[in-house]
Amino acid sequence: MNSAVRHDRWRKQTHVMVAALGVVALAAGCGSGGGSEEGGDVTIEFMQWWEPELPDGEFAALIEQFEEENPGIDVELLSGPYASIKDQVIAGSASGTMPDVLGLDGAWVHDFATQGSIADLSAAMSDAGYDDSQLAAQVQVDGATRMIPVVNFAYPMFVNNSLLEQAGVEVPTTWSEFQSAAQAVVDSGSGASGFVAALGLEKPNGINIDILPWTWASGGTMLSEDGGPAVNNEDVTATIEFIKEMWDAGVIAPGGLTMAEQDKVEEFTNERVAMMVSSLAHINLIRENNPELDFSVVPLPVQDGYTGESGVRYASWGIGMSANTEHPEESWKLIEFLMSEGANGQLSALANGFPGNANVTPDFTESDPLFEDAFNIWQAGYPVSEFTGLPLADELMRVFDEELQQVLAEDKPIDEALGNIQTEWEGSF
Amino acid sequence: MAVLMALPIGMVVWFSLQNNVITNASPQFVGLEHYLEIFADAQFHAALKNTAVFVLASVAAHLVIGLAFAMLLNTRLLPHWVKTIFRTIFVLPWLLTVAIVAVLWRLILNPNGVFNYLLVSTGLIDAPREWLADPNLALFAVVLINIWCGYPFFMISLLAGLQGISADLYEAASVDGAGPIRAFFSITIPQLRPIIISMTLLDLIWTSHQFTLIWMTTGGGPLDRTELLSTYTYKLAFSQYMFSAASASAVVVLVISAVLAFAYVRHQRARD
Repeated sequence: MNSAVRHDRWRKQTHVMVAALGVVALAAGCGSGGGSEEGGDVTIEFMQWWEPELPDGEFAALIEQFEEENPGIDVELLSGPYASIKDQVIAGSASGTMPDVLGLDGAWVHDFATQGSIADLSAAMSDAGYDDSQLAAQVQVDGATRMIPVVNFAYPMFVNNSLLEQAGVEVPTTWSEFQSAAQAVVDSGSGASGFVAALGLEKPNGINIDILPWTWASGGTMLSEDGGPAVNNEDVTATIEFIKEMWDAGVIAPGGLTMAEQDKVEEFTNERVAMMVSSLAHINLIRENNPELDFSVVPLPVQDGYTGESGVRYASWGIGMSANTEHPEESWKLIEFLMSEGANGQLSALANGFPGNANVTPDFTESDPLFEDAFNIWQAGYPVSEFTGLPLADELMRVFDEELQQVLAEDKPIDEALGNIQTEWEGSF
Repeated sequence: MAVLMALPIGMVVWFSLQNNVITNASPQFVGLEHYLEIFADAQFHAALKNTAVFVLASVAAHLVIGLAFAMLLNTRLLPHWVKTIFRTIFVLPWLLTVAIVAVLWRLILNPNGVFNYLLVSTGLIDAPREWLADPNLALFAVVLINIWCGYPFFMISLLAGLQGISADLYEAASVDGAGPIRAFFSITIPQLRPIIISMTLLDLIWTSHQFTLIWMTTGGGPLDRTELLSTYTYKLAFSQYMFSAASASAVVVLVISAVLAFAYVRHQRARD
């Protein structure tokens, strides 16, 4: 064999080895999701968006407490903003590399459950002998619990007291009073708008926050009795007519069609709008950015003549477990800890939300007085979160948002728009 | 190379030919079904049209503004220190990341923002406009932002090209009686032609991939007025979990980019 042939063979072998190493390295990199065991200790991964939204170091301290109480279990926190966590969880679900425990939004649950990527918590609770009567709520798909709400955030109406006073109106309690108040604010010469709705398509949750809560507050629903879509019913039609009237009257803040939730809060904080529907989680942010702002939280106005109980829209920091976790017992222990009276009370107080453990009474002694007002609104009504657990919930909102934008910007007939939404939703359910 | 390039591309093509890939544990081969599906989708048509307008308007403006500013920085009519200030100002947009650009322009184009204030106070418009939220203005607004953040790359490249043109050529033209306009079209443009073609092809490829700017300013809305192929593909994958249809859409973008990349490579070879 001459040297040229040997050299050629050696080159080929080297190339094959390098390629093989590359594949192995890539496979190792891709397959690194989930927990691990080192020196007898089990490390579980917990991906969530909660840590960045809490005061610095507080969530890590809570997790340290868990680690101290559960020797042999280490928790690796994977934290990031909500939007990036969502994409990472979807990617993890697709590739089978989900973290052991993960923060969940109710809008994702049905999709992850049907993909088989989140575990059946009913089974986990049963295996651990856990008494689930202490849980305020459980999100189920096909009869099995897939998500447990850890902290709940109510969405009352925020009112700028100074702007209403300047306009010479009282806090509205009905739709017609609300329209008059919004119009009075616009006419008062303050330069502010009456109401703001964030209907941007980047994250179409404005439908869930700014539009449909008006339906729910008046005892309405977007679903049929069997849980199917009924979005073209009288309740939702009346809501869209109400919003459209305000839009045409020019009392809704401009720019809403591409506005995101944070833009809406900023508009309110900077006194460019008098009223908005928003999460209690934003109270601290508003206080921080505009300490002088005089505002209240009040119940959302109801349809004229409605005297029944009001539905209060809420969102949750939910928790779930990967279906592929190698450490289901340890993962459940972490969930159990976060749902325990002590930890859950502490976490909900830090987050300014309402506890997911039904036995915990919120402690308002050190909170902003508005939280107590909000808790009273919460208790006077009933919690509603109709998108939670629905299939492709984000997409359902997007479909609604796109049609609503056509109603508002292009005067598309409301019946036609709601009919289109109903047809699209029926295809998704 | 095979692992980093061919494998992902091959996987995306393979995904596009299967049904419910990723979300379905046992996907089935469905051939070109997803391609036919997206070609029949009105949203895809809107995205394709918007992408064409966005890309062509952006690239044309990048070229014209980039060339104008490059000539300004290359002129002998301005003192050196003035040109240094201009160069610093002109190159600034290039130094900002797309996320910063998006946030900055959202503030500027806000109905209560600086842009409206300037236009109203100078009497150019009578009332503030919703630049990013008005269905008739949104595409124009995102094109404007993209032009702002993209022209410096053209400017720098063309400036380098201008500095490489021999002064003798202009002197000879002047002796022959050619004015500045004639010199521009007969010397400057022909001399810059290879750079202009290369830059234009590269910009066409890059701009057609623009996602972050659109996503962070309008999310593809209002309605579908700023929906590009990139945002359309993202929504299919991460909003509807239709990873196969998203893969088909991504393959369409890949084919368009490949045609442009082929033209670029061919042009580079011809130059060599």
